[in-house]
Amino acid sequence: MTEQPDIIVRLPAILVDLFPGAQRRVEMQAESVAEMVDGLERLWPGMRDRLCDSRPAIRRHINVFVDGERVKLNHRLSAGDEVFVLTAISGG
Amino acid sequence: MADKVLILVGTKKGAFILESDGARRDWKLSGPFCQTWPINHFVARPETGTLYAGGGDAWFGPAVWKSTDLGKTWTHSSNGLAYPEGQEPISSVWSVAAHNGSVYAGVQPAGLFRSDDDGETWTHVEGLQKHPTRPHWNPGGAGLILHSLVIDPADDDKIWVGISAAGVFHTADGGETWEPRNRGTRADFLPEGENYPEFGQCVHNVVMAAGANGRLYQQNHCGMYRTDDGGVKWESIEQGLPSSFGFPAAAHPTDRDTLFLLPLNGDTKGRYMPDAKAAVWRTRDAGRTWQDLRQGLPQENAYFGVLRQAMATDRMEKAGIYFGTSGGALFASSDEGETWREIEAHMPAILSVETLTVHD
Repeated sequence: MTEQPDIIVRLPAILVDLFPGAQRRVEMQAESVAEMVDGLERLWPGMRDRLCDSRPAIRRHINVFVDGERVKLNHRLSAGDEVFVLTAISGG
Repeated sequence: MADKVLILVGTKKGAFILESDGARRDWKLSGPFCQTWPINHFVARPETGTLYAGGGDAWFGPAVWKSTDLGKTWTHSSNGLAYPEGQEPISSVWSVAAHNGSVYAGVQPAGLFRSDDDGETWTHVEGLQKHPTRPHWNPGGAGLILHSLVIDPADDDKIWVGISAAGVFHTADGGETWEPRNRGTRADFLPEGENYPEFGQCVHNVVMAAGANGRLYQQNHCGMYRTDDGGVKWESIEQGLPSSFGFPAAAHPTDRDTLFLLPLNGDTKGRYMPDAKAAVWRTRDAGRTWQDLRQGLPQENAYFGVLRQAMATDRMEKAGIYFGTSGGALFASSDEGETWREIEAHMPAILSVETLTVHD
């Protein structure tokens, strides 16, 4: 069985503020963005609902970037990937 | 005399609390709470003082926030607050009601959820979505929202909901089965001769009269109504009012014949104060006659609206009444509407107003 790739997740402050003890920079192992969300949910229960809707999909105004590309839940991750979770420009 | 009165204000940008002693002269504002999320409805459980704020954030989706220390600290949850995979996701919580051991949440798209662990986890009350009329529900201007949530204080199993624009629905078995309760309410927006359908009315707000016993009041897109049999039959009470259009309704805390409404000038005329002069209208006889209450309210250039959940009474002996405007002003009366004062002028757009009266 191959080991899951080590990745780094960067979370926005406005998300981290919703979960006491959560951190902006997280090191974890995940083969896909969906697995990364699973990992965040294990660390801070409830975080999945803030990032994903029940379709399931990344929320419309949440952007996940890897290597400058906007990706979806099924995106495969590689060792050393840095995943940026960002809030889109929104509101008024 | 009560120790204090709290006004719970849900706004487009967070929840706020105004607090005063029983005299209700000096108000102290705190907030914004809930990380400035849009909060459609902010309520309290009177027995414990626990606060619940329902809303939905453009980034992070729907949740119900909770505070057990009158707003000092907050948690939030949407655990279970979801439709099955593949269905249109819930965008926002629109109404919250705490009753006995349960908390209920009405959401968009229209549905009802219940929590039996004080808002930690939620369960879908599926019976409402299973109603045979469900495929034919059409959204109102604010979307397909379950905005009014009334639970019979004498019987937990009896619930009325208002859905824009599907109408009023009632369950007598705790949510397993539902039936439309719209007879006598108009749908002026339908073709001539089809104006009294079984469902599809654009209900704006439903409130229960003091003492319940089957009496409800309704502000509709098309008229104001009273029922004395739990909504089996509604009677128009709009005669004597300046228009048939408005959003909020607020029942008196102890007198079942007293109701406060805030008619706007009309659905196609800008939806602000009639003649740009602000007034709350009060009936003391269950809607047979009406009196306009405007002392202290702006009587020129009042081009504001008041949304469906943005007016409420308190539970003091001489009832206080409060309303918030779409422009962010909050008005208060501590004498049942006879005289008014603006107690906040520059809040975000106000979406809901509720109160908590804390006795010693």
